[in-house]
Amino acid sequence: MTADHTLVQSVLGGDRRALARLITRVENQAPGAFDAVSLLYPHTGHAYLVGITGAPGTGKSTVVNAYTRSLRAAGFTVAIVAVDPSSPFSGGAVLGDRIRMTELAGDRGVFIRSMASRGSLGGLAAAIGDVVRVLDAAGFDYVLIETVGAGQSEVDIARMAYTTVVVDAPGMGDDVQAIKAGILEIADILVVNKADRPGVKNTVRTLRAMLDLGHRLRTVGHHSAVVIQPGAPPAEQVYDFWDVPILETIATEAAGLDTLREVVEQHRAHLQESGTLADRERERVVSELSTRLRDTLLARLLDQRAPDVIEDVIRRMVARELDPGSAVRELINGR
Amino acid sequence: MTEEKIRVLIAKPGLDGHDRGAKVIARALRDAGMEVIYTGLRQTPEMIVEAALQEDVQVIGLSILSGAHMALVPRVIELMQAEGLDDVLLLVGGIIPDEDVSALVDMGVSGVFGPGTNTEAIARHIQTTLAAAHS
Repeated sequence: MTADHTLVQSVLGGDRRALARLITRVENQAPGAFDAVSLLYPHTGHAYLVGITGAPGTGKSTVVNAYTRSLRAAGFTVAIVAVDPSSPFSGGAVLGDRIRMTELAGDRGVFIRSMASRGSLGGLAAAIGDVVRVLDAAGFDYVLIETVGAGQSEVDIARMAYTTVVVDAPGMGDDVQAIKAGILEIADILVVNKADRPGVKNTVRTLRAMLDLGHRLRTVGHHSAVVIQPGAPPAEQVYDFWDVPILETIATEAAGLDTLREVVEQHRAHLQESGTLADRERERVVSELSTRLRDTLLARLLDQRAPDVIEDVIRRMVARELDPGSAVRELINGR
Repeated sequence: MTEEKIRVLIAKPGLDGHDRGAKVIARALRDAGMEVIYTGLRQTPEMIVEAALQEDVQVIGLSILSGAHMALVPRVIELMQAEGLDDVLLLVGGIIPDEDVSALVDMGVSGVFGPGTNTEAIARHIQTTLAAAHS
């Protein structure tokens, strides 16, 4: 048995140290880590994946903390993956989500892992996908994925989750920010945190209005995206409509979090009864497959082409001798 | 595609509320390319070691200004051994009297860094010690 096989056996046996080690190997995309994930794959599918995202300062980590406590009180085990950005300059990162989660320390039914985005060629979603699978195989009932809601990579990560919770707060300059991030479209549940602050009614009203605006777009756009995939299920699902609820919470006082837990359960039931869960799973697999194919093919191509060939193409593009389309053709087909 | 990063846990055990030093170190190590998990104030040794285990860090940095280092550090080391984290580097920073430094080192602390330490020196200490342990 290889070292990775031994790690896999230990993870399945509930060894937390082995779990932490395997996550590191998966995150580093270490040789052998892929095989370990393959071995674990048949053991996945138990955990319910919840994505939690939102702008900085809305209290995401505190919501995750209080939501986890509510899940624990209801008897569920919980793994948390908290993602923070890496510095584009040094490649390092300060990961501070645990600061808001100290109440969860010492609880063996909770496992928290901080992850830096690292910013390798679209590899974040792939790495998180594998980390989530490892935690799923380790037997947690819920896996919560917390990300800073700032862009496309969060949308990719949200696609991984069955239920996506978007956290907002009063006084964040909501209307403009929410449109900019394009983040409302991925929300299954909206949480307005810090609901004891002034302006909360305004925030809720604004979000409701924007959801109503986006309503038509959602039903034919987001959820039916899968219809255009070959061999996809028929278009009836377009009419399975989930009315995105807006919940108010005060996470520092754990207010409203039991409601969040119940509404996530309702969404889960909705997905199962409407058959949307299977569609989402398919959508997720399609998205992950295409991302991984793209990354792997790109890496392979760059591997096969000598650096000076690529450098030459870049030089001619800068000099306006070669357009981007022709450059791609040249790199793939040769000159 | 393998990409390895040095992962460091920075924690503040004990009851004093001064975390400026810990934050400065966290940022300096980030700028040296490391991934720093900062756990905040008032951490018990149990919380620190459990976090280090979950985060699979190679380094634990404790910032202690309260004078309780001779009680806190042995407890952290004891728990590290119990959890099998013997190979994790333990660093201590803060206000540590000279006469206690060698006692801490004897316990197994890899480095003690007082006020005024060049932050780059700490990053270098981590890099060279880990590199030596790997070879």
